[in-house]
Amino acid sequence: MIEIENLSFGYSRKKLLYKNLNLSLKSGGVYGLLGKNGAGKSTLLKNMAGTLFPVNGSITINGRHPYKRQPSFLETIYYIAEDVYVPPLTIKKYQNLFAPFYPKFNIDSFYQYLRELEVDADSKLNRLSFGQQKKFVIAFALACNTDVILMDEPTNGLDIPSKSQFRKLIASVMNEDRLIMISTHQVRDLENMIDNIIIVDSGNLLLHASVGNITDKLCFKTVTEIPESARVLYKERTLQGNAVVMENTLGEDSKLNLEFLFNGIVENPEMAKQIFSTTQTLSA
Amino acid sequence: MEFREQQAIYLQIAEYACEQILLKSWPPGTKILSIRDLAVLMEVNPNTVQRAYDFLQQREIIVNKRGVGYFAAEGATERVVAFRKEQFIETELPVFFRNMYLLNMSVEDIKGRYDQFINQNFKETQS
Repeated sequence: MIEIENLSFGYSRKKLLYKNLNLSLKSGGVYGLLGKNGAGKSTLLKNMAGTLFPVNGSITINGRHPYKRQPSFLETIYYIAEDVYVPPLTIKKYQNLFAPFYPKFNIDSFYQYLRELEVDADSKLNRLSFGQQKKFVIAFALACNTDVILMDEPTNGLDIPSKSQFRKLIASVMNEDRLIMISTHQVRDLENMIDNIIIVDSGNLLLHASVGNITDKLCFKTVTEIPESARVLYKERTLQGNAVVMENTLGEDSKLNLEFLFNGIVENPEMAKQIFSTTQTLSA
Repeated sequence: MEFREQQAIYLQIAEYACEQILLKSWPPGTKILSIRDLAVLMEVNPNTVQRAYDFLQQREIIVNKRGVGYFAAEGATERVVAFRKEQFIETELPVFFRNMYLLNMSVEDIKGRYDQFINQNFKETQS
């Protein structure tokens, strides 16, 4: 459980990126954090991990404050940065050195994940390619069995089969006590893994909703003519006709398209807000 | 598995399960893949598989035996056929009808071709 209350953060006090951000995340979900370059995705993750401190407001993760950096908190969270850093050690030495910080670390899972991601367990870390290093960190992070895992662009640098293995791993480690948050631009890589979507833009929270909630309120489809009666959040011409994201007035069950959703929300944040708030009161 | 563009993922997973039952890979009364195993196989969020299984349970195609797992229901095959028929009428027939209309084809045109198709493909099973 992560509670963000009135969070303000800026790299300089004069210019704040986040102003009074409120967000509540529950365990048992895979959260997708989406935003344009410079929108503040990594900044938010770093505030949660305790590597950056809020200027105002608070972040509470399972009752603890990340900025205090208490060991008893740090052993329950793993943050994978976009650019991973590995010391010049063998995998075995790294594990001997760092696994003891995580009481729930499972050594069998660790080597199994490495096998599944095709990382040679006898390697020296700094000799590995970027993609291999990234996969090593992912395997280590998942084997730590922390309650919270934050990942910044985890599929960057992974080859095609590894992306598929990565999805399988996430599906296999997900459970009701865990909270996984993934920031990404590679929406296609994780479209079916994410069950909650958070979209931020210039420090504003534009959307926070579950996939079920989104497909209740929005309909993703291809039409020959765009209906004039319904609110259309996004449209794009495709070979088959017009791909649209529109208000789901007929209760249709459609498949979420993350790319279209993202474009629609970022282009029409006001309309999105209206659609999500009006239909919310209807169904409540 | 390749997911199609339009239909909700959980429905496509439900359809996959129905197909396993029709193909007899999941015979009635036997244990089927757990939510986690199917989620790993399909590379989707386990909650999505949960939703598909809930959907199939409502239609009594699968049953949940607490602590043991999910099983294909007795009589699952008949229910899958009934469910697929309903889906065919709702989703595939409208497209088919629209094309018939656009291409100006009559029901008689279709009937002749339908009989011929059955003759060529399913003769043995029909007689």
